[in-house]
Amino acid sequence: MAMRKVAVVGAGMTKFMRRAQETGRELAFQASRMALDSCEMTLDDIDAVALGTAPDAFDGLHMKGEYLSDGAGAWHKPYMRCYVGGGTGVFAAIQGWYHVASGLFDTCLVVCEEKMSSCQPHPQGAFITIFDHTTERALKPNLVWIFALEMNRYMTVHGIEKKDIARVAVKNKRNALDHPCAQLAADITVEDVLNSEVLAWPVQRLDISPTSDGAVAIVMAAEHVAKRITDKPAWVRGVGWSLDTAYWTSRDLYYPKYVEYAARMAYDMAGITEPRKEIHVVEPYDPFDYKELHHLEGLLLADKGDAARLTAEGVTARDGNMPVCPSGGMLGVGNPIAAAGLMKVSEIFWQLRGEAGKRQVPGQPQTGLAQSWGDLMQVGCVVILGV
Amino acid sequence: MSANIENFPGTPLSQADFDEGKILTTHWKPKLEYGWDAGVAISRYLAELKNGRLIGIKCNRCRRTVVPPRVVCEWCWEPMEAWVYLEDTGTVNTFSICYIRWDATRAKEPQIPAVIEIDGASRGAGILHLLDEVNADDVTIGMKVQAVWKPAEERSGSITDIKYFRPT
Ligand SMILES: [Zn+2]
Repeated sequence: MAMRKVAVVGAGMTKFMRRAQETGRELAFQASRMALDSCEMTLDDIDAVALGTAPDAFDGLHMKGEYLSDGAGAWHKPYMRCYVGGGTGVFAAIQGWYHVASGLFDTCLVVCEEKMSSCQPHPQGAFITIFDHTTERALKPNLVWIFALEMNRYMTVHGIEKKDIARVAVKNKRNALDHPCAQLAADITVEDVLNSEVLAWPVQRLDISPTSDGAVAIVMAAEHVAKRITDKPAWVRGVGWSLDTAYWTSRDLYYPKYVEYAARMAYDMAGITEPRKEIHVVEPYDPFDYKELHHLEGLLLADKGDAARLTAEGVTARDGNMPVCPSGGMLGVGNPIAAAGLMKVSEIFWQLRGEAGKRQVPGQPQTGLAQSWGDLMQVGCVVILGV
Repeated sequence: MSANIENFPGTPLSQADFDEGKILTTHWKPKLEYGWDAGVAISRYLAELKNGRLIGIKCNRCRRTVVPPRVVCEWCWEPMEAWVYLEDTGTVNTFSICYIRWDATRAKEPQIPAVIEIDGASRGAGILHLLDEVNADDVTIGMKVQAVWKPAEERSGSITDIKYFRPT
């Protein structure tokens, strides 16, 4: 494929908050401005804007992409909003990548925003429309069902106990103590997780990420521009995405095959044949603690059913052999859906440039991977960056 | 960048900010109504539920029988036309014991949603439904269950014509 090299050259984010005073548009502006400032660029340097944000129902705004466009700096520019559920944040980076890789644009500002707090009494009410209107919604489901059903299937097929999964929540919330934007950073124990309120067994309060307001933005540039802007570009080495069927009760939920397909696409593009050796830092999607394990397996970074052992042995700790969610992940930093996915790309960018401060993983990582997941447990999106 | 920045933007609000009237908000309650057509495949499914039967559909290419029925096999992208009556029994593929309602408020009694693989459909092909007449602690993956139907005169052609599944 005759595609151009593309780099991430700047990133910015707001705090992740339970409820922000700012509107979504204001949050988008704050993150976008910070991303441009970080690489000493102005909006005049930006050829196109890619925006990711989750369902309009959260905000009660029809055509939220258009509403957010002013904050995202899209005025009179080629602009498009993408949406693939929880996968949106990483997909938005993929969209920015192909805008530039194709040769159509030299630079692209990628902005992801979410304001979940507007939805009353709880954004779960907006999530109910994910279920099939005739065959499922009559049963009055709630969103946590699908995670609980998937988590139980995963645990039972592999014989994994809750305490083995709870270690992920402990690790990520502790990692988040070093993130200046974190909403739910905490020093907790496995016992705290196991004793927290049961929402939908096996899902308990501390297994789950919060709902959040927040925004993240990155700047992507073609090679000749990137080299002018910075001496530390983080190159996009591979991207991949894949979608499984919406007939989720017809698949075995114990393994996210679509994540594997997305990962294989990205590894192939990056020329990575041994991901466990070649990926030095990982930010998999962790809206629930078991999802980090599930996704490490789908990403082929752990054998099926073995990711919990890696966690127990400290392999995935920030100073372990394969640091996972050194940012603190969504469990610790927060989960403003689309923004959370792009936060993961930003974290890899900062880690590879050695700019992650107290969160920095040791050993000067050269290659990192960010992954997001969503819809009806059916979409996987992967971006691999390298320096 | 990240490490070099001291103050990240964003203004977190607390409950006190609202209680003390520091924050202005606008409320709106949408009134939305939809009438969903069941479609070709699900219309037959619902009609059979009203008859007290479960029906699935088979793909003549991959030989898979699935439920709920659909007009296209997502694997083969071929039309599905071979209707197959199924048993009203099955196996629990996975389940949860749920203590919260759709709006995240606490439920009085837990519900037990489950994916149930239906006998007569291909292995792994299941539907979402609820379990009852069982102690939540006794439910296991692999448990055999059977549909408990509403009386014929109360059935309306809905997935709720099955009240729930119970252990056999
Ligand atoms: Zn087929």
